Amino acid sequence: MTEFIIKRVLQAMIVLFVMTVLVFFGVNVIGNPVYIFASSECDQACLTKTIAELGLDRPLWEQYFVFLGNLLQGHLGNSFTHGIPALSLIFERLPATLELAFCALALALGIGLPLGVWAGLRPDTFISRCIMAFSMIAFSLPVFWIGLIMILTFSVQLGWMPAIGRGDTVEVFGADLSLLTPDGLHHLAMPAFTLSLIMMAIVIRLTRAGMREVIFADYIKFARANGIRERRILSTHVMKNLLIPIVTVLGMEFGGVIAFAVVVESIFSWPGVGKMLIDAIGVLDRPLIVAYLIFVVFMFVVLNLLVDILYSLLDPRVRLGGNQT
Amino acid sequence: MTFLKPGLFAAAVMLALPVAAQEVLTIGVRSETSSLDPHWTQLSADVQVHEHIFEKLVALDATSQPIPGLAVSWAPIDELTWEFKLREGVTWHDGEVFNADDVIFSFDRLRAGISGAPASPAFHLEKGAKQWERIDDYTIHITTSEPYPTVAEDLAMLAIVAEHAATGVTESVDFNSGLATIGTGPFMFEEYSPGNLASVVQNPNWWGGEIEWDQVVFRPITQDASRLAALLNGDVDMIDYPPTIDLPQLQEDPDFTVSTIPADRLIYLMPGYKHVEPFITDNDGNVMVPNPLRDWRVRRALSLAIDRETIRDRVMGGASLPTRNIVPPGFFGYVDALEADPYDLEEAQALLETAGYGDGFNIVLHGPNDRYVNDARILEVVAQMWSRVGITTEVDAMPRNIFFSRLIRGDELTIPGFDVPEFSMSLTGWGTVAGEATYTVSGTLETYNAATGGGNGNFGRYSNPEIDARSVLAKQMVDADERLRLLQEAITIGMDDYAYIPLHFQVNNWAMRAGLEHQPRTNERTMAMDVSRVD
Repeated sequence: MTEFIIKRVLQAMIVLFVMTVLVFFGVNVIGNPVYIFASSECDQACLTKTIAELGLDRPLWEQYFVFLGNLLQGHLGNSFTHGIPALSLIFERLPATLELAFCALALALGIGLPLGVWAGLRPDTFISRCIMAFSMIAFSLPVFWIGLIMILTFSVQLGWMPAIGRGDTVEVFGADLSLLTPDGLHHLAMPAFTLSLIMMAIVIRLTRAGMREVIFADYIKFARANGIRERRILSTHVMKNLLIPIVTVLGMEFGGVIAFAVVVESIFSWPGVGKMLIDAIGVLDRPLIVAYLIFVVFMFVVLNLLVDILYSLLDPRVRLGGNQT
Repeated sequence: MTFLKPGLFAAAVMLALPVAAQEVLTIGVRSETSSLDPHWTQLSADVQVHEHIFEKLVALDATSQPIPGLAVSWAPIDELTWEFKLREGVTWHDGEVFNADDVIFSFDRLRAGISGAPASPAFHLEKGAKQWERIDDYTIHITTSEPYPTVAEDLAMLAIVAEHAATGVTESVDFNSGLATIGTGPFMFEEYSPGNLASVVQNPNWWGGEIEWDQVVFRPITQDASRLAALLNGDVDMIDYPPTIDLPQLQEDPDFTVSTIPADRLIYLMPGYKHVEPFITDNDGNVMVPNPLRDWRVRRALSLAIDRETIRDRVMGGASLPTRNIVPPGFFGYVDALEADPYDLEEAQALLETAGYGDGFNIVLHGPNDRYVNDARILEVVAQMWSRVGITTEVDAMPRNIFFSRLIRGDELTIPGFDVPEFSMSLTGWGTVAGEATYTVSGTLETYNAATGGGNGNFGRYSNPEIDARSVLAKQMVDADERLRLLQEAITIGMDDYAYIPLHFQVNNWAMRAGLEHQPRTNERTMAMDVSRVD
């Protein structure tokens, strides 16, 4: 296990390094941020001064080494836009996104699993067909559209829900959480549900497919023949086998949800990292874009690792460390 | 993490509850505030929040004309020196007294450079090589290297910060936390949470008199549809830039009010003047020599072929003011005699015939698709209109972060000062922030000169000695009447020559719930002081 983790960490370092090269040079070939911010009255002297101030007059490779040097010291540079260290901006906004993502995940599992199990057990009933139709719609309609329709329906027409922003927050271990206040929950409901839809659809479909496969497996038949109660069969024998593909897919999907909840965050003006990224790209805030992408790579690597470890817990056949015989 | 000034924490908690006695104005804005350091950028989205907290020596009225701010009066005392008398009895938000030392400190801070700032307004001090001197507690002298008429307009861009609060602080960071955010303005810093909100509370000791709002909250809502939805369901009281397509509906709805004013932003098409332009080709696809856009008849034909009223009604939802001027009505330098070109296809066709381009040619029209109101759609409509007179136009719209680099500098990495603008015909805008035309003429019509800063927005590289002579003189003409004459002549010459093709001034709109009244500003800023309750 330890050997496996060390190997993984080393791999991750290489991935991170390649990533910094790609992102840094990729971001630096598009445009010049100074031209976006500059007032129309800012003349050549003023432009040159600003460019020098931001260190953009130096050759690209030199900028890269400066960046790399800072990175090794744990400093990812200051955001051009805000003048604040990029990492602190990311961590300031991350709780909002994490909260949104975890709520979406909880909704996806909490609603998706039971629906999927139902649809798998009784595939030919009308309700099952409805469930599958719902999953189809949730998966294929653009999130953007769903979000706007929800705002139109529940905020503008019915007036039940606030259309934008995050509600009151309480500080828990240094992070602001809106989950714990009624007003916060009120604000959280629509964006979390919208964000959960795709994951929910995946869960429903995977669960149903898994059910159809597993309940005909020999060991289930034997379990039934042994007279084990149906509930126990479902909750222990079927569930354990069902969860493996779901964990794999959700692990990856969840990373995506945290990293790129851009659309949902923009529509609901949720002050999270996704919205920050899209704003940063809009004005070519290079340090912030690079810092964020590096952070995301790091997060994916960690998630991957967690998924692998969860795997070994769910499925005893999977042995980490690769000592196959 | 949220920045909260400890002393105001109790007030913030109280305000979070629905207390009826408090007058709170919540404004949904399109762009996020990047920093509360007033010397950090001069983007409207930032300045509009700064101006609630910080003030300038010279303030601007609704049509961007200079009025007394922290200075009560100013006048030239000789050719090169302007005397500014400061307002007495003004206190900072923490009770300290404001005087000339704060002004000197602010200018020194700007000149020393704001470390890391992407667009500091410091360059306004370099114009005319300004020097400043403290005469007494309430008098300042500004000297320039040459006679320089627009000192007041320049100082209207530079916020005054408190010497005792802003000495030795970290740029941007300490202003965002509220530590150095001590101003003299009508509102005091309360909370700033990037991307979420910026909120200010009333300054009971403001020199300017009563303020109607106890608290003002700016909430950035980037998505047009969401911003409108937030207004419709009452999350915010007021929004800037309501989507133009929804304007007619909002205007008819008795629950909402719309305020409107022509903005200082001119939208125009800029032809390239190089002998050979890569994006101008004949009908066989060969690059044309000489470039037909160098013929003024062709430029006039292109202008006549554009139906500006259709653009206004069909594309802009009525929110544009067709024009042939370069500054909006009410600004110093506006020329009454210049009227928007009519839509005249026959005349356009005839002009192209006489110029020898009766068979037409091909143009690639470049422009941004996320910078100006409906920019990409304007490009498409103009392309269709030009194609109708036989000039086949292809549109290449791109995000602004790519567009402006290519527009200003060209595609390759060039040496600063030797930029080669790339486009042969492009759509851009120019905002006359100062409320007067001197730098609009100099920036867009004067011959490009990296050393003097002349023509720094002249990316077509238009050059006309008649204009240069007047523009250079105007920049040093302290006598206002004479300067007005020079500017109006320069503008008339440029527009008669079709140096570029003006389309319209953007018309800015704000939408708010019924019961609010808003006196809008030409410079796009949304100020709580301009909003009052009428119910």
